[in-house]
Amino acid sequence: MPKALNTAKAPSKGFAKRKKNLILLSMVAPGAIWLILLRYIPMFGIVIAFKDYKFYSKNPTFINNIIHSDWVGLKNFEFLFTTTDSWVMIRNTIGYNMLWIGLGLVISVAFALMLNEITNKFVAKAHQTLMFFPYFLSWIVVSYFVMAFLDPTRGLLPHLFKDWGLEPVNWYQDPKPWPLILTISNLLKNTGYSTILYLAAITGIDKSQYEAAAIDGATRWKQIIYITIPCIKPMIAVLLIMNLGKVFNSDFGLFFTVPKNSGPLFPTTQTIDTYVHRAIFATGSMGMSAAASLLQNIVGFVFLMGANTIVRKIDEDSSLF
Amino acid sequence: MNNSKNMIKYDRAKRNKRLNKISIPAEIIINIILGAFCLLCVIPFIFVIIISFTSENSIRENGFSFIPAEWSLQAYEFVFELGDQLWRSYFNSFYITILGTLLSVLICVLYSYALFRTDFKYRKFFTFFCFFTMLFGGGLAPTYVVSKQLLGLSDNYSAMIVPALLSPFNVIIMRTFFQTSIPTELIEAAAIDGSGEYNTLFRIVTPIAKPGIATVALLYALAYWNDWYLAMLYVKDASKIPLQYLLMQTQNSVDYLLKNSSQIGAGVVKELSKLPQDSLRMALVVLIVIPIACAYPFFQRYIISGLTVGSVKG
Repeated sequence: MPKALNTAKAPSKGFAKRKKNLILLSMVAPGAIWLILLRYIPMFGIVIAFKDYKFYSKNPTFINNIIHSDWVGLKNFEFLFTTTDSWVMIRNTIGYNMLWIGLGLVISVAFALMLNEITNKFVAKAHQTLMFFPYFLSWIVVSYFVMAFLDPTRGLLPHLFKDWGLEPVNWYQDPKPWPLILTISNLLKNTGYSTILYLAAITGIDKSQYEAAAIDGATRWKQIIYITIPCIKPMIAVLLIMNLGKVFNSDFGLFFTVPKNSGPLFPTTQTIDTYVHRAIFATGSMGMSAAASLLQNIVGFVFLMGANTIVRKIDEDSSLF
Repeated sequence: MNNSKNMIKYDRAKRNKRLNKISIPAEIIINIILGAFCLLCVIPFIFVIIISFTSENSIRENGFSFIPAEWSLQAYEFVFELGDQLWRSYFNSFYITILGTLLSVLICVLYSYALFRTDFKYRKFFTFFCFFTMLFGGGLAPTYVVSKQLLGLSDNYSAMIVPALLSPFNVIIMRTFFQTSIPTELIEAAAIDGSGEYNTLFRIVTPIAKPGIATVALLYALAYWNDWYLAMLYVKDASKIPLQYLLMQTQNSVDYLLKNSSQIGAGVVKELSKLPQDSLRMALVVLIVIPIACAYPFFQRYIISGLTVGSVKG
């Protein structure tokens, strides 16, 4: 009887399968169309990086503009490697990223470990809530926070400096203190986020391991080093890979709004992303902007793959893919 | 007597329970360190609130201060009298956030549900199709031109919604959520009972995946609420700008706030000269952060669960 049922159903099974796949395709469709329109079509626009992009006066649509612009080969890239401007922005992007990946890792792992040691759950929850809060604010709001402290005429710091008889610093004109200001802003806004990720990994560790270690006489410190840290290593690796993949990218909002778009600060605040933006909207050099984006993409891709391979060599389970 | 002795014994046992905890002084130090960091996280916001309640005269004389010489509601009075632009932007922000979140969640749930179905023939292809865009993209210049010329995203609400409709990261979170909470047998059973695919998704799967959907919805809502970049790129019309971009504009000049005022005319010019510039700016910040600050304690839990699910394995 079951056999007969199977054979009777066989032809309609293929049909059902096809129907199911079609329905599932219809579910993917809205997202896929979006991806094509807003992600894949612009990828063809990368050719701008190899062209001297100009408006085609007769019919200035995007495609016409591209077709009628001259090929210039790698000239747009030459700029990226020859001028001091580009050296500054590449140095800033990589420098800040490396510094923040390192600092962020150490601080947020340390905070997560500390939060885990707090016996009063209510206090731990309160710490967690407060330190996660700035993550939900936009950079515009943060830029106002920074301005409240640094504004040349009203700000708290200039007034304190005056009261203490210190030499006044024009914060929005002097690039020197900005690495510190940006680092503090970034740490305050993002530490809570990664702390919570690590904390979640720590709370997921099997408690019996600690009990066993305690019975064997391991101190709490030893337990952290020999149980907690090895257990959260995969999490550290994943976040590290993802961050290294973005080493050529920067948080546009931070670098654009917090220094209030101030020109004299560019030596320490210009990054590739802010350059890409300014190249389009301030200087109108589409080609160079596209070249910088492309370089950013390729380097990011290489870094991501590289970091992933290295992690896989060291510890296969920790790698991302 | 005996009883109290027992109590002491019990207390001692309790203290010994700290055996596998750090010592009390160490915990105090930890609390001080974390407390200090938490203070640093909220002090700027408190400072801005204080400034918004400071009178303009006192700001002019002493600058921004934690202990103002003179408190005042001036800034808020101005906002409520002349703040038509502010209310307009409030409306825009809510409109964009609600509509955008609804559409985004729908697209995200549909897409990730198909990716979750192991029996979907093109599953691998569409997984790659989505996640590849996280690794590689056209860059700002082509995206901007395509959006503006091909899709007509300029000076309309869709310019602030369409470019943010899909986020591969949220698709990862949603798919992982389906994978961990929906047993495959359930879907098979539904299919045998004759439930259509859409029926299975919306009647059976969605109710189970509610926490995951809430997480994704919150992430999208936050992204829409906090967005100013899309408005900066595509929108010039003051009647369509959202709060965050309004805030960015007023950084240069507070006058922007009066753009849509109904009381345009001689009165405004007079008012303009009395405008409490600095406290007004900070009052705006406060009014923008308040919705988030109020909702934050409630949505925090969902965000945390979502982020931990999404980032454990991509």
